[in-house]
Amino acid sequence: MGRYLLRRLGFALLLVLVVSSASLLLTRLAPGDITSDQALSLDPAALARMRAELGLDRPLAAQYLSWLGGVVQLDFGRSLLYARPVSTLISERALNTAVLAVVALVLATVIGLPLGVYSGSRSGGIGRATVRVLSILALSVPPLIGSLALVFLAARTGWLPVGGMTSALGADPTWAHWLGDLARHLPIPALALALPLAATLERLQAQAIEKASREPFVAASRARGLDHVQAIVRHAWPVSLRSVLGLYGVMIGSLFSGSFVVEVVTSWPGLGRLMYDALKARDLYLVAGCAASGAFFLAAGTWIADALLALADPRVRSQEAP
Amino acid sequence: MTRRAALFVAALAVLSLAAPWLAPYDDGLAFRDFLHAPPMRPLIQGFSAPVVHPLVLADRLEQRFEADPSRTLPLPWFGGVSDQPVFLLGADNFGRDVLSRLLYGARTSVGLALFATLGAVVIGALAGAWAGLKGGWIDDAVMRVADFVLILPVIYVVLVLRAVLPLVLPASTVFLLVAWIFVAVGWPFVAKGVRAIVAAERDREYVQAARSLGAGPGRILMHHLIPACSGHLVVQATLLLPGFILAEATLSFVGLGFPDPIASWGTMLAEAGNYNAIARFPWTLAPAVAIFAIVLATNLIAAPDRKP
Repeated sequence: MGRYLLRRLGFALLLVLVVSSASLLLTRLAPGDITSDQALSLDPAALARMRAELGLDRPLAAQYLSWLGGVVQLDFGRSLLYARPVSTLISERALNTAVLAVVALVLATVIGLPLGVYSGSRSGGIGRATVRVLSILALSVPPLIGSLALVFLAARTGWLPVGGMTSALGADPTWAHWLGDLARHLPIPALALALPLAATLERLQAQAIEKASREPFVAASRARGLDHVQAIVRHAWPVSLRSVLGLYGVMIGSLFSGSFVVEVVTSWPGLGRLMYDALKARDLYLVAGCAASGAFFLAAGTWIADALLALADPRVRSQEAP
Repeated sequence: MTRRAALFVAALAVLSLAAPWLAPYDDGLAFRDFLHAPPMRPLIQGFSAPVVHPLVLADRLEQRFEADPSRTLPLPWFGGVSDQPVFLLGADNFGRDVLSRLLYGARTSVGLALFATLGAVVIGALAGAWAGLKGGWIDDAVMRVADFVLILPVIYVVLVLRAVLPLVLPASTVFLLVAWIFVAVGWPFVAKGVRAIVAAERDREYVQAARSLGAGPGRILMHHLIPACSGHLVVQATLLLPGFILAEATLSFVGLGFPDPIASWGTMLAEAGNYNAIARFPWTLAPAVAIFAIVLATNLIAAPDRKP
């Protein structure tokens, strides 16, 4: 198992390197650069001086190699747009995205799994039907549509503040104050992100429980005298977890795609927005840094999901061992 | 499910092509006196054609409209030409009819998604079949590339690819360009399944029989192996289509899709998607409802048929 995880780690590093290099090179080869906005107002000599200062006049290979040399020492260069080191910019924004993504993932799990266990262990009835209908509906609300709908709801009713991560709190807000404000801004983006995921989890958990409860050991535990709920929770559910945990690895990717849209709609200052701004301004080091951190989170997410899977299911451990 | 999916895709194709005949007004036609006019409710009186009460501007500052109950207007499909417009889904910030733009937008958004789906299915099927038929290092190489594309978050790849291309382009160029970007991220979904089916089927008796009768690899592929994958192809097309519609909406929403006067669901949402406007003029979110309906239909089609 150790070797397996090590191999995955190597693959993750390769992914980060390939993705960030590709986005750097693509942005470099794209028409225009960070100075294009000023091209009309500056005279050619000043423009050339500016480009030389930023190092944009060097040949592609030299530029790439010096960037790569920095990356090996974990130096991702300076953002041309914000004139700050890429790594500080990214760590600020990545934290915001991580807060959003983790809350959404927890929300999806807390909503999706219990409902899935419930609807999967029922053979019929109004409760199961309700859960299924709600789940199909939630599955059909992609984050773009969900965030627009929730923003509409919030703006119409005034229940929650719309847009941003915090309101203007004045100077030196207390911790509790800041946290309370964040908690009021979180529900809209987090729910928009969590709803389709919760529905996916519910559907899969329901199918997995249905399959697992047909196993002979569940019938045996019923025969030993356990009631229906105990047999499901203690015996069928742990077995059904395998396919559900497998989904988490896949969900990290959709969480990332979804969080970009949600960040744009609700003005959440996250990694997705930063990357978008960097792309539009042709800030190539920032683009590469964002891509690298995105790929890192993606790889880390899948890696954690795989490790969880291996912990939850001994069969995976023995399969992957050789 | 295959039949239902094919019917659904065909219905969407018809809808997206029929916009000029279905839409009451031209998508660019702006009625300057009716900025953000609310939807009018059609009144059905007996067996005559439905009518609406025309809107009168009650307060220009607040942009508040009131229906004038003393007069009626025929719907544009039933009556002759009237001097006042009829907005069944309201008007947008330029006074353009939202219903007409929704229909013309379907031509752009759904048309683009259909085009990209077709491309992804054809290229994915060819790449997957080639990998499955040849085996060996070709198989390895194609599947490695497909796996790599699959693990990347699709919307970021689309975003980067679109952003590195020139930002201001004519609409027809944007259409083709975005379609090809979608094909580039969509083909692996098709290719993986096709490869698995082809690799399993290529040594079956019917393929051997065809080969022993002298059929070349091309004929075996087109007449025997691709038909064996048809179910998978239809399912993948049904799943890719709403994804592409959504991707177009996202791209145009952030300003990397179609330029402004073009009606697409994404550009319509981009114009609607500002906090104050959303609360006051919710009818401009009509494309969001349309996208929801399409995704819902796909989910209902793709839901496994269960027999108790």
